[in-house]
Amino acid sequence: MTAQDTSHAGAPLDLASPAAAPPAKEIRRLPVRKDWPLGFIIAIQVGILVVAVALWQAGADHGWIDGFFWSKPSDVYATLIKFFAGGDAWTDIEYTFGSTILGFFLGTAAGSLFGLSFWWSRNYAAVAQPYMICFHSLPKLALAPLVILIFGLGLASKVAIATALTIIVSALTTYAGVKALDADQERLFYSLGASRMQVFRKLVVPYCLPWIISVLRVNIGLALTGAIVGEFIASQHGLGRAILYAGNTYDIALVWVAALVLSTLAVLMYAAVSWLEHILRKGIKQ
Amino acid sequence: MIAIMAAAAKLRLDQVSMSFDTPAGPFAALAPVTLAIPQGRFISLIGPSGCGKSTIFNIVAGLLQPSGGRVFIDGVDATGTIGRVGYMLQKDLLLPWRTVLDNVVLGMEMQGVPLKAARERALPLLRRYGLSGFEYLHPNALSGGMRQRAALLRTLLFDTDIMLLDEPFGALDAQTKSHMQEWLLQLWGDFEKTVVFVTHDVEEAIYLSDQVYVMATRPGRLIETIPVPIERPRQRAVTLSREFLAIKERCMNLLSEAHKSALEQAA
Repeated sequence: MTAQDTSHAGAPLDLASPAAAPPAKEIRRLPVRKDWPLGFIIAIQVGILVVAVALWQAGADHGWIDGFFWSKPSDVYATLIKFFAGGDAWTDIEYTFGSTILGFFLGTAAGSLFGLSFWWSRNYAAVAQPYMICFHSLPKLALAPLVILIFGLGLASKVAIATALTIIVSALTTYAGVKALDADQERLFYSLGASRMQVFRKLVVPYCLPWIISVLRVNIGLALTGAIVGEFIASQHGLGRAILYAGNTYDIALVWVAALVLSTLAVLMYAAVSWLEHILRKGIKQ
Repeated sequence: MIAIMAAAAKLRLDQVSMSFDTPAGPFAALAPVTLAIPQGRFISLIGPSGCGKSTIFNIVAGLLQPSGGRVFIDGVDATGTIGRVGYMLQKDLLLPWRTVLDNVVLGMEMQGVPLKAARERALPLLRRYGLSGFEYLHPNALSGGMRQRAALLRTLLFDTDIMLLDEPFGALDAQTKSHMQEWLLQLWGDFEKTVVFVTHDVEEAIYLSDQVYVMATRPGRLIETIPVPIERPRQRAVTLSREFLAIKERCMNLLSEAHKSALEQAA
């Protein structure tokens, strides 16, 4: 007991004595991260926007930037009012929204089914694999002019491009889910005397659902891109066409207006899909 | 004479063997194994890794076609047919998107029992066998022991006379494991199933079983059948009795001999 006490007491003394002093170790502490209150963050966000718009307006008014190419917030606002008063706005929004949503659902549904189908046959999956990868790496937008020729100038061609962009992402992601399926889990089902169809419906589909859901948010963005590109190439309606037309006629304020409406639409659809994802995930858990 | 014995056995393996083709030639995973287990027995297979325990299970469950030999259940050739035995792996394999109750009825569901009827049957069993209050929870809310209970009840409710349990308690801590052993013996007593149990734990094998089959590797084979003539119900203290320890020593010796000869063969 006493011996132990002395050794304990001795240890720090030894360290302190100059002869045995090890090189002084730098004292480090855990970095402190402090979160700003939410209101403060929002205030900064709004502030940046206000300052940027004000600078833009001032710059155009004082000739620091060329108002013809850059336009200015006051003109953009006036054009925005005119755009919605003129009546074209809602047709364009509806058109772009319609082709995006159709492409999104078609592409996601077909792609997911395609990915799930690979579970049924490994041989079929092996045959399809190189084609999938090829189609995935191919810049599909490069084929857009061809799609317009085949599907015409109307909505169908925009839906087709949006579908082409989304289908492959869904298929590959769902296939990743199929491949991640635990072989023991399948063996359990078969040991219980399950049929292939039962394994598919009761195991494969529910197992892959989180994978399918995880691409929804990516796909809504891709579908919108596809729809806009389709409208860029040839269209009579849509926000993409409005942007292209405004650019060609040097109506820069209208370009900004269409872009603004487009981003609002994109944010709304993204929010809706996030909400859908949330609902679906909750559904899976129950 | 043989025919009579065969008829009496619930589960009979007749010269069942398994070999795989490898680049170095055929590899014998399982040398011909013959064994007969009467109705209502609890038997254990022990042996080192690679002795073919899981291969036997997969063959009996119909998940693997044996290279040779036949499997008989109730005297009927059941080789390569699925859905005749309850098979439980070390992993619980509970479906995370289903509640405990809906996981437990999976076997009945696969057999075409309407979900409602299956639930009605399973519910009292869940409550009687220690899962009361967990029925409508999802598996991720359960402890390891509770998950194994659910997995075992799923196997039990599959309504086959034979249950194959592949190291069901292998991943549990000692305390939980001993609870689960008592619980399993209670289930076995209540339902009069024929149980084939695989474990690495010699004491567990002896404590639970009527007979212990000792296996060896290279090739996987049965080397000895050791009866456990200890009366049931058994108290935990029986594991310290002279009789129990003698059986345990015999098993240990057989296993270490098998291990030594495997090493010599490899050298």
